[in-house]
Amino acid sequence: MGLIVHLALQALEMAIALLAAPLLTGFVRKVKARLQRRAGPPLLQVYRDLARLVAKEAVVPEDSSWLFRVSPYVIFAATWVAAALVPEFATNLQFSWSGDLIVIAALLGSARFFQMLAALDSGTAFGGIGASREAMLASLAEPAMLMIVFTVALVAGTSQLSAIATFMHSGAEGLRLSLALGLVALVMVGLTETGRFPVDNPATHLELTMVHEAMVLEYSGRHLALIELAGAMRLLLYMSLIACIFAPFGIAPPGAGPAALALGLASYAGKLGFGAVALAGFETTIAKMRVFRIPNFVGAALMLGLLGTLLLFMSASL
Amino acid sequence: MVDAAGWRAAGASLAAGARVLVAVWATGDDAGSRVHLATRRPDGSDLAVIALRAEDGTYPSIGQYHPGAILMERALQDASGLRAEGLPDPRPWLDHERDFAFLPAEGEGLHRIPVGPIHAGTIEPGHFRFTVNGETIVRLEARLGYTRKGTLGLMQGSAPDAAVRLAGRVSGDSTVAYAWAFSRAVEAAREVAVPPRASALRGVMAELERLANHAGDFGAICNDAGFPLINAHAGALRETILRQADACFGHRLMMDRIVPGGVAADLAPVAAASLRAELPAWLGRFERLVELYGKTASLQDRVVGAGRLAPDLARRLGCGGYVGRAAGQDFDARRDAPYPPYDRHAPAVPSLSAGDVDARARIRIAEIRASAALIGDMLDALPEGGIRAALPESGGEAFGCALAEGFRGDIFAAVRLCGPVVADAFLRDPSWFLWPALEAAIEGNIVADFPLCNKSFNAAYSGCDL
Repeated sequence: MGLIVHLALQALEMAIALLAAPLLTGFVRKVKARLQRRAGPPLLQVYRDLARLVAKEAVVPEDSSWLFRVSPYVIFAATWVAAALVPEFATNLQFSWSGDLIVIAALLGSARFFQMLAALDSGTAFGGIGASREAMLASLAEPAMLMIVFTVALVAGTSQLSAIATFMHSGAEGLRLSLALGLVALVMVGLTETGRFPVDNPATHLELTMVHEAMVLEYSGRHLALIELAGAMRLLLYMSLIACIFAPFGIAPPGAGPAALALGLASYAGKLGFGAVALAGFETTIAKMRVFRIPNFVGAALMLGLLGTLLLFMSASL
Repeated sequence: MVDAAGWRAAGASLAAGARVLVAVWATGDDAGSRVHLATRRPDGSDLAVIALRAEDGTYPSIGQYHPGAILMERALQDASGLRAEGLPDPRPWLDHERDFAFLPAEGEGLHRIPVGPIHAGTIEPGHFRFTVNGETIVRLEARLGYTRKGTLGLMQGSAPDAAVRLAGRVSGDSTVAYAWAFSRAVEAAREVAVPPRASALRGVMAELERLANHAGDFGAICNDAGFPLINAHAGALRETILRQADACFGHRLMMDRIVPGGVAADLAPVAAASLRAELPAWLGRFERLVELYGKTASLQDRVVGAGRLAPDLARRLGCGGYVGRAAGQDFDARRDAPYPPYDRHAPAVPSLSAGDVDARARIRIAEIRASAALIGDMLDALPEGGIRAALPESGGEAFGCALAEGFRGDIFAAVRLCGPVVADAFLRDPSWFLWPALEAAIEGNIVADFPLCNKSFNAAYSGCDL
């Protein structure tokens, strides 16, 4: 009986990652539009777009190899698994032993690796530009992510997300400077990795300014649908990650009853809503950065992560 | 009519800076082909046209003396078959059937990015060939001619009233300025005096067009810098002006409202009062956007210093409009070659020297303020009387030419009338001088800044494809 409930909860977790992600993206777009005094697309437009894409024929560039066709599935699968590993509304789910923060970072890194290869494989100039810009970002964002992982893991004594959430929720640690630095760094890395302002403009039609969009320009049909869905899940993943590490209130403990689970779900929805509004507000009040300024931005995240780790060692040795 | 020596002397006077190039074009009939060169003094006075008989289908190139003429001579070569001797760059421009090679750029690590002519957004077709080193642009070449409409050929043999409709469609965003320039050329050829009320109404239309376009451009520049908030509000401001134009003149873009001899639609007192009352509030809303533009550090970081055009280059290429005025040039046909109603309502002409995207945006801001003031003055002093003078039914062969300041810069129109119809005509868009300037200004910038720089130039594709 317990196993069935655990499996059901795990399945719910995976379903939320998959099904709620387009809603979150649609919500961010809606709030942004309202902040710009536009009506904006309907909340469910992202689902409609995905359905439309799936129904369409997938056009593949003549010169591309199997890599181009396989990559969308790899990207989608890796991102989905990573998103489902982040505790959303309950801790200690069935499969949470199987992956920790480092696994999540590695899964996202693999997805990115395939994305870049596929972009190069498409053989167009824009694919190359996008891949080279993405590589520049990744070379700074990934070490920054690892620094954040170290900071959090050193504070909580584990890199296991469920355990981190439980530890943070218990309030045993109180306020720590390192965690504050880690939070800022994680937000910056999240903005970079999800292709949001000020690093990338997810709504632009200007080919020459794109980073992530330039890499997927040649994709169409179901391939594009998978990549778009993976992109939406990545946004959900980073918001869930920030919520579960830095704001784990309301999250259901292991073996919780239906009431606690309902509270967990409600608080999770509230956190996502807050994150979406904050993201939309931030994006409305800031212009996109020049491409050559972006390394400074991501580099600052790396430094903050490093500083967080160093401060921990210093305070430990005192 | 001049001989080859006189033609070359005119080219030399352009190179020396004694005169400024306005246009080069060709006409042909049974008597043979002629090339025409329109020039003016640097202060704007003395618009003069010389013509040269093109013996054996060739003529001495003006482009070899003055680089600003090269594009027009390339187009002329494709459209008329006349060959410019000594033209530094004889590659085709409009004709996409002929062999074409992009300018070379060689060096280690350079690669090329082709963009267009079909773009991801809803914009006009143009091909851009970048040679880049990493993210830095080493060379840019623009190639247009994808929307060739054969406008000048259609004008031949049509009545001036029909031809002015074609003129108003050379570049739709400047339809008022084009119709005005063409109408003034016809009026000059037939020596018709336009009623004062018609002139004043033309002025109101032209300034409304400037307000709408500058407001739209200002928002679009901010949008391309990744700041869509201003674009959303500027779009609403533009829409307000378009609706006022519709209420006042019966067409949002005021297309076909200016005709040879006057205007086609009168302004009702109620509509005029509504427009007059709207202006201060409109300007107030605009000023809030300008304040936001200046205060947003991340936006300023994008626009300041991007796409610098050196004043000296702007002078040599002959850039007019906001591009020229943002780079130290100080010419405005409304002030320097005044035509009614600007003889009574002189505009304030801003000038900056930075030559970057920010300067081009700020020139537009200053011109919006000046235009709003002008519209108010013109409406307050709107003369009574007729709105259209009759054109003589027929007449001998007559030539007329005129300048009119559009939102992009000065538009030149030349027309030769023969009896009741147009024998031939030429319309020169300000963009002929903007495209080479954009190619030069973008060098050393990064690829990702090109859309922003391009938007700040906002050169017309259609206007150069004719």
